[in-house]
Amino acid sequence: MALTIKKVEDIALMARLNLKEEEKEDFAQQLSLILDYTNSLHNIDTDNVEPLIHILPIYNVFRDDVVSPSSPRDEILLNGPLLEDGQYKVPKIM
Amino acid sequence: MELYELGLRDLQDKLNREEVSIREIIESVLKRIHEVDDKVKAFITLDEENALKKAAGLSSKESRKGQIVGLPFALKDVFCTRGLRTTCASRMLENYVPIYDATAVSRLNAEQGILIGKLNMDEFAMGSSTELSAFFPTRNPWDLERVPGGSSGGCAAAVAAGEVPVALGSDTGGSIRQPASFCGVVGFKPSYGRVSRWGVIAYSSSMDQAGVIARKVEDCALIMNIIAGHDPLDATSANVEVSDYTSFLQPNIRGMKIAYPTECFQQGMDEAVKNLVLNALKKYEELGAIIEEVSLPHGEYALPAYYIIGPAEASANLACYDGVRFGLRDYEADNVLDMYCNSRSAGFGDEVKRRIMLGTHVLSSGYYKNYYLKAMKVRRLIKNDFDQVFKNFDLIVTPTTPTTAFKLGAELDDFLTLYGNDIFTVPVNMAGLPAISIPCGFSDGLPVGMQIIGQTFDEGRVLKAAYAFEQNTTYHNIKPSLGGEQR
Amino acid sequence: MNEDYEVVVGLEVHAELKTQSKIFCSCSTAFGAEPNTQICPGCAGFPGMLPVLNRQVVEIAIMAGLALNCEIAEICLFDRKNYFYPDLPRAYQISQLDLPICQKGYLEIDLDGKKKRIGITRAHMEEDAGKLVHQGNITSSPFSLVDLNRCGMPLLEIVSEPDMRSSQEARAYMEKLRSILLFAGVSNCKMEEGSLRCDANISVRPRGQKELGIRTEIKNLNSFRALERAIEYEAKRHIEAIEDGEKLIQETRTWDEEKQITLSMRSKEEAEDYRYFPDPNLPPVKIEREWVEKIRATLPELPDQAQLRLVDNYSLPPYDAVILTLTPEFLAYFDNCLAHYHDAKTVSNWMMGELSKHLNQNNMEINDCKIQPAALARMLSLIDEGTISGKMAKSVFEEMFASGKEPDLIIKEKGMVQISDESTLIKIIEEVTANNAGVVEDYRSGKEKALGFLVGQVMKATRGQANPAIVNKLLKDCLKGD
Ligand SMILES: [Mg+2]
Ligand SMILES: [Zn+2]
Repeated sequence: MALTIKKVEDIALMARLNLKEEEKEDFAQQLSLILDYTNSLHNIDTDNVEPLIHILPIYNVFRDDVVSPSSPRDEILLNGPLLEDGQYKVPKIM
Repeated sequence: MELYELGLRDLQDKLNREEVSIREIIESVLKRIHEVDDKVKAFITLDEENALKKAAGLSSKESRKGQIVGLPFALKDVFCTRGLRTTCASRMLENYVPIYDATAVSRLNAEQGILIGKLNMDEFAMGSSTELSAFFPTRNPWDLERVPGGSSGGCAAAVAAGEVPVALGSDTGGSIRQPASFCGVVGFKPSYGRVSRWGVIAYSSSMDQAGVIARKVEDCALIMNIIAGHDPLDATSANVEVSDYTSFLQPNIRGMKIAYPTECFQQGMDEAVKNLVLNALKKYEELGAIIEEVSLPHGEYALPAYYIIGPAEASANLACYDGVRFGLRDYEADNVLDMYCNSRSAGFGDEVKRRIMLGTHVLSSGYYKNYYLKAMKVRRLIKNDFDQVFKNFDLIVTPTTPTTAFKLGAELDDFLTLYGNDIFTVPVNMAGLPAISIPCGFSDGLPVGMQIIGQTFDEGRVLKAAYAFEQNTTYHNIKPSLGGEQR
Repeated sequence: MNEDYEVVVGLEVHAELKTQSKIFCSCSTAFGAEPNTQICPGCAGFPGMLPVLNRQVVEIAIMAGLALNCEIAEICLFDRKNYFYPDLPRAYQISQLDLPICQKGYLEIDLDGKKKRIGITRAHMEEDAGKLVHQGNITSSPFSLVDLNRCGMPLLEIVSEPDMRSSQEARAYMEKLRSILLFAGVSNCKMEEGSLRCDANISVRPRGQKELGIRTEIKNLNSFRALERAIEYEAKRHIEAIEDGEKLIQETRTWDEEKQITLSMRSKEEAEDYRYFPDPNLPPVKIEREWVEKIRATLPELPDQAQLRLVDNYSLPPYDAVILTLTPEFLAYFDNCLAHYHDAKTVSNWMMGELSKHLNQNNMEINDCKIQPAALARMLSLIDEGTISGKMAKSVFEEMFASGKEPDLIIKEKGMVQISDESTLIKIIEEVTANNAGVVEDYRSGKEKALGFLVGQVMKATRGQANPAIVNKLLKDCLKGD
């Protein structure tokens, strides 16, 4: 099943990626190839199979409700590309 | 032998006998890197100054208290290092300096190992050739026109080229074992949950696992003794007792039951590779192991399921790269949507974009059930296959990869063929099992690896079988010539 | 509202759970810190970081679930809810989709003495996002600043059934939910600090119709009043659209407090697709029944039980019981008063009347009140003893509220003691009747009302200090006698 250009555009927007026109075609073709490749999975009957979500039988891993110091602000903001008043600055939302 | 050619344990012996100083060891390794890394291109970041400073700090005997005092190691650039740039071989993180050390790194530091630098990889650990690094490809020390494998290709190449005795890598679908196999070194991926993932930049959280690449099995055991074990910062790290892995370094494997899956010796694979692994099985038989053929009927579905689950998790794991708190940012955009799209498009390479989009798609409404959920169910069947075999066997042996290292650029456009490289390694990650790749011969001058798979948390037996084979063969003693004469 | 239509409301409430540290890291949850001083690489979504669940969050969520009559899951999972927004560092929120911790609960609201049950579909644990500060207005601002302190605060999202049929019912639900969460001690529920937030799903349909109409989701409802107003506004907007034959669209809207209207939040033509999937970083939570029972045993008295107690023990009207149990502090105040005073209804009247009025006027909580319950009880006793009149009590109360002084001291300082001495009063009454001969005439010719005027004059002459009961009796005697 081949993905349409429109579909690739929708996926790219959801994933927050910009694609050039020629990239859209490439990705449409490549993603379709991989998706076709996964079609063999439908040869297996999995109606009564539980999905395997966690490989280890681990449950109830908790930490205690204890506060420890947060990162110093100048340290955690060190990698911030654009800052103002100790906050991250981003262009307009809407 | 030069110091840089020795393994950790040999270096330790020399240090204990006071035949060498820590400074000499570090200098030898750094010298080797300066000699050969122009050709191999394994390092993204070299931390020379700090390494020498640490060596100097350990000059007095009183200051030494650890399991790997003064011994050099390097890290795949997926491990976060406090104050040292950590790139994941991506433009996105080209200038990223973490304020924390990954747990595995802290533990090596606490045992006074000396970090030499950060190694090249496929961008965000997505790939099997290290050609997908955003910076430069790494080359295979056995043939500089060939790939070292990936994604931990920098680790395998550096270890094979004598640039560093051990390196930590990460393995999501074969990323430690496949490059180890291509470069003729030992690559060990522990059970899922055995080594903390805290501070290891995520690709696919349900399969990612940190491990070791070394020239000798004993060095894997030594490093595992340090990095294995429960970490309260990683909720998926197993709170299960860790044995002394060096206690498994004994060559006697009499009575051990080893299975080899029919399927792994049928598919269109390289005849030479197949024969070398079959020979290795004969060797095991000679050593007293019981060898039998078994079936892993759902093995062929592991790759397609992997290319759903891996990308699905990656699409979420890589969503944090949005240009707000760290990483590449488009400063020109006048609204947030453009900022996101421009930053991410400029920061990620094609393979990463491909997997992000694939993952986004298979999780989206209308597709979730047929792709993601289906793959998770198939994953259970794959796990069940292994459980079935392990009812009667101690270990499973397969080739690590279907072929030896391929030429640079050869499979770049043919990503499906590239994916096929991981056919024997991926099922192991799907089932969370420990596995090792060790050298088992050469084909046309290129190393061939054998994969030994164990039961969950049975790392000891995997190491034991690997050690026994190593001690009874000489493949690990052959070193690449790096364009010069083979030694 | 047009009587031909019925509004249908369901509420999604986010309550911040009362813990010391965040849900997946050990940063503090304290309110009001400088921006980005309560964050770490974990809650700020840095590469390689992993979440570890705070046990207390699970315990509190179970506690809340029990208080809301929910079934507690035997196993629950965390999922990733994927969307990009600058206040969401990982670009996914860790939440619960298929296996939430609480399901199938309910609470009861009181509507003019009649109980109505509102279903609670589910309640699940999740993490909060950070805060965006817009320079100016969200639509026009060229930049926003991101403060991540709130990221990773533990939330319980409580989703109701669409069981409410008016803004009053919705408000009653919110008030009841708030009081239950407060009594259970699971949340501070401060709407002004954002520790209790509410989104409303609103639709209208012609009365008698079974199917629900097109639904809109209203966000940014930061007070009970905003909730009521938004529902009324939305209902009217929907009805008008239906009447005018316009097509309503299912969408998310925001409440504009300034303009008192709802506004569409749609920006781009992009369908919301959160691509939920189980978070591989968080193992499942298995909740053994013993654990649930252990928590159940620690449940304090809840509003419904307290209301029953008030009605049964003190014969208070149900209306009073509802008001007195709005917060545990208010109820404790009542109970403390009753430890010093016998008549529950009088205490209730004063608390619902003067006390509430003064608290509201000063925007205060009962805990900030300077009047100790024992002092209020003492004041009520002074009325009973005839030391002060009810009217004087109001000014004494005012002084108590302002200064926190004991009522006896205030009365003494101001010389406010009531005049009950008959000879003093008779003298004044004689003066008043002499000056108001016409009114006296009216009374004698049968105009009962005239008496009130004369009492008022006496009270005025004594600056309110005359004992009104005695004045009444003496006046009557006096008017009869002549
Ligand atoms: Mg929510
Ligand atoms: Zn934090």
